[in-house]
Amino acid sequence: MSGAAFLDIDRLERVFGGGRTLFGRARPGVHAVREVTLDLRRGETLGIVGESGCGKSTLARMIVGLDRPTAGRITLDGRDLVAEARRDPRALARRIQYVFQDPVASLNPRRTIRAILEAPLRHLRGLDGAARGRRLADLMEAVNLAPEHLDRYPHEFSGGQAQRIGIARALAAEPDLIVLDEPVSALDVSVQAQVLNILDGLRERFGLTYVFISHDLAVIESVSDRVAVMYFGHLVEIGRVADVFARPRHPYTRLLLASVPAPGRAVAPPEEGEAELPDPYHPPPGCPFHARCPRRSDICLTAFPPRDSAPGRADHLSACYHPEGDD
Amino acid sequence: MAGATAAPARTGGRPGFWRLLLANRLAAAGLLVLGLIVVAALAAPLLPLPDPDLTAPAERLARPLAPGHPLGTDALGRDILSRLVWGTRVSLAVGLSATLIAAVAGSLVGLVAGYAGGRVDGLLMRGVDMVMAFPYILLALAIVAVLGPGLLNALYAIALVNIPFFARNIRGVTLGLARRDFVAAARLSGRSHAGILFGEILPNVMPVIVVTISTTIGWMILETAGLSFLGLGAQPPRADLGSMLGEGRAVLFTAPHVAMVPGLMIFALVMGINLAGDGLRDVLDPRLRSGALTRPVARTKVARRRVPALTPDPAAVLDVRGLETEFEIGGEVHRAAGGVDLKLGRGECLGLVGESGSGKSVTAMSIMGLVPTPPGRIAGGAALLDGEDLFGMPDEAIRRLRGAAVAHVFQDPLSTLHPLLTVGAQLVEAIRAHAPLTRRAAEARAEELLGLVRIPNPAERARAYPHELSGGMRQRVCVAMALANDPEVMIADEPTTALDVTVQARILALIERLRRERDAAVLFITHDFGVVSTICDRVAVMYAGRVVEEGPTRAILEAPAHPYTARLIACVPVLGAPHRRLDAIPGRPPPANRLPEGCAFAPRCPRATADCRAGEIALGGRGGGRAVRCLHPLAPGERA
Repeated sequence: MSGAAFLDIDRLERVFGGGRTLFGRARPGVHAVREVTLDLRRGETLGIVGESGCGKSTLARMIVGLDRPTAGRITLDGRDLVAEARRDPRALARRIQYVFQDPVASLNPRRTIRAILEAPLRHLRGLDGAARGRRLADLMEAVNLAPEHLDRYPHEFSGGQAQRIGIARALAAEPDLIVLDEPVSALDVSVQAQVLNILDGLRERFGLTYVFISHDLAVIESVSDRVAVMYFGHLVEIGRVADVFARPRHPYTRLLLASVPAPGRAVAPPEEGEAELPDPYHPPPGCPFHARCPRRSDICLTAFPPRDSAPGRADHLSACYHPEGDD
Repeated sequence: MAGATAAPARTGGRPGFWRLLLANRLAAAGLLVLGLIVVAALAAPLLPLPDPDLTAPAERLARPLAPGHPLGTDALGRDILSRLVWGTRVSLAVGLSATLIAAVAGSLVGLVAGYAGGRVDGLLMRGVDMVMAFPYILLALAIVAVLGPGLLNALYAIALVNIPFFARNIRGVTLGLARRDFVAAARLSGRSHAGILFGEILPNVMPVIVVTISTTIGWMILETAGLSFLGLGAQPPRADLGSMLGEGRAVLFTAPHVAMVPGLMIFALVMGINLAGDGLRDVLDPRLRSGALTRPVARTKVARRRVPALTPDPAAVLDVRGLETEFEIGGEVHRAAGGVDLKLGRGECLGLVGESGSGKSVTAMSIMGLVPTPPGRIAGGAALLDGEDLFGMPDEAIRRLRGAAVAHVFQDPLSTLHPLLTVGAQLVEAIRAHAPLTRRAAEARAEELLGLVRIPNPAERARAYPHELSGGMRQRVCVAMALANDPEVMIADEPTTALDVTVQARILALIERLRRERDAAVLFITHDFGVVSTICDRVAVMYAGRVVEEGPTRAILEAPAHPYTARLIACVPVLGAPHRRLDAIPGRPPPANRLPEGCAFAPRCPRATADCRAGEIALGGRGGGRAVRCLHPLAPGERA
């Protein structure tokens, strides 16, 4: 990958279960993330889309160190993150933070907002009392909440306010990179816009880099510079969001885009037949999308397709034997 | 804004701890008995009681009410009342200390095992299992045998044998908490393992520890009494309830009161503790908190203040007029639906759009009386199905209509379907509830329905359990069930919100096709304008319990007239227009128990004037089948 990469993920794998039992029988394992390779430049927003079970959340949790990869490497500015997470989780937490999907569940119901926001200031930034007080005021201002909210408990907040507290907590660590795992999925549309606008403002103000995970393609399109599409644990397409959404190369990306309901679009389903995800315990050989794919051929059953760039767009990669736009 | 709403809500919201506890009569009685006994035991040194250990052979075995001895004397002539009070004091102290020791040690084991997981968990819990596998009385006997008889040793023995009880309970709760997001968040905030365990998890486990203590303490007192009864606990002449019972046994037939009095005291004490403990559990236990103790009745209570004219509209299959649904919670009335009018023509799809709390689901649930009572009630309006008022019908008639003429499809198919029955059996049940078919005929019909919703291989899938199907397949089963009895109206409450976008496209296509083929009317509740635009003929937008705008879908999406509709559409990102600025709506909807006068959107509306904040604003017609509840509606092309 390019030398300027800020975050570099190289053939990352995560298998849940697996291994062998006491008597040597192989246990069933689920390959949640398979050979994912991608890189991230400083200051950009990378969107990750995919449907439930595609491994996007597992990937996010591995980036922040909440989960450990089975194989592969994650490097941040050239330093091995997996080793760092083991050796000094606090050093990692100072650089990468995480915003959770369910804002209310990510706040301890029995602690005040002040206690929740002070934890990273004390443990990660080592601030003393007076400095913490000043930072708390700054943080609340940054996410547009009144300082008198500090002494309240999480159940007194609406979803949108709770998510802003979650964002303030991530900011408190002064990270370079924030992984946002479906940060607006649990929110009402009017609140969703508030949170998206705040995130956008913070990115410019603090020079943050975002990994933004969502199943909502319209949200991804509005926030991302580049987008990665995942299917069944694989990264099937990655590129600049305008390229990928306007000229998708992988048939799955095309299907996703065609499925979004929009004014003036017919209700006919964009695919026929049985549109099920493959069984994760018995993954099919070759490309996992071939059963649903209108462009499939025999070669699709042989092996997972290699990643190829689109003609004339070196940064638009897709893993398909028969990409769209070549014919 | 939140400040104004949050602070008073606490006083008027959920009733307080003591009020809840005392509302439970049995718990209050238990608490009273327990309180009297504890006060007496605590006050023992102050009470004018004779020395409990003073023997007086001349007065031995005096009956109750003897002069100077209200409860008589025992075989050595000691005053039973005095021994009872002092003995209760000892029993209570031993029971309480043993419980506290067991609680601290057991909770610690449980917390560590549940949080650490893996090998530590296995090791600790197998140790606990070993203690449990040993008969407790034998274990206690063994400990006392090694350490020698005595109250303190009995206390250790009882504490030890009760550690597993706490350890297992607390481990279970901790295991669940340790995987919660807030624990992961604390880890990312740099907290140490000890900090997370004692600062984040322990406060959440505390109610469970308290509940476990309250239910264990009575048991501990019984066990102490048991050991003392066997002569292994309190040593003579010291009185505790168990040893008094043991001494009374020798003279059980000549002087039954000697054993009876401590026996009754043990009964009263343990009963009091258990009743109070059960009450405490009901109040504190987070698992029972979410209203599991209030049982809603089968149909929403109807207590209408206003009944509109019931002249039927022949064009409408479902006609909701002025529907008002309220919830009474902690003495406050929340108006979830405040006069909703909806008309659904035959074969029409009406979208009901709104944000959470706008009352769209409550409106839909009210129609067939599915709003839970308590706390809900229908306070006004009517819902006419084919011209007949549903709210005025007897319960049995409503039961026959549910799932037949009016069918529901809910958001989460996994919680709608019964997990222990095959989907085929559930379909058969739905069919046979309304049609006099034989089982075999119903099974054939169930397979036909599964085929109708395009489930491949229906005969085989009918034998599958809900968990064996994917989310999309499960929702198809729910749609099939809704179609089982050829409904006139299908109420679909966010049926695709929990589904992936490719699956959503298929369910929408399915609903659309079935509507066209069977001419069923669909009330489609959603928050997604994209979904509305693809399948709804008309749309009604709800805000704060009222319809604020209604009309043909395209007209409303292209030129919304109500400022709320316009702003709601403006804040949704649209695929293919990434550079459009997202206009967030400032502020929040008003709480349903404090709706403002006039237009509920006025505080957030840029066009609001003084007249918006006073008086009733009617849903006014605008031509083209459109209506809007606004004094200053937007002209076509105008921005809010």
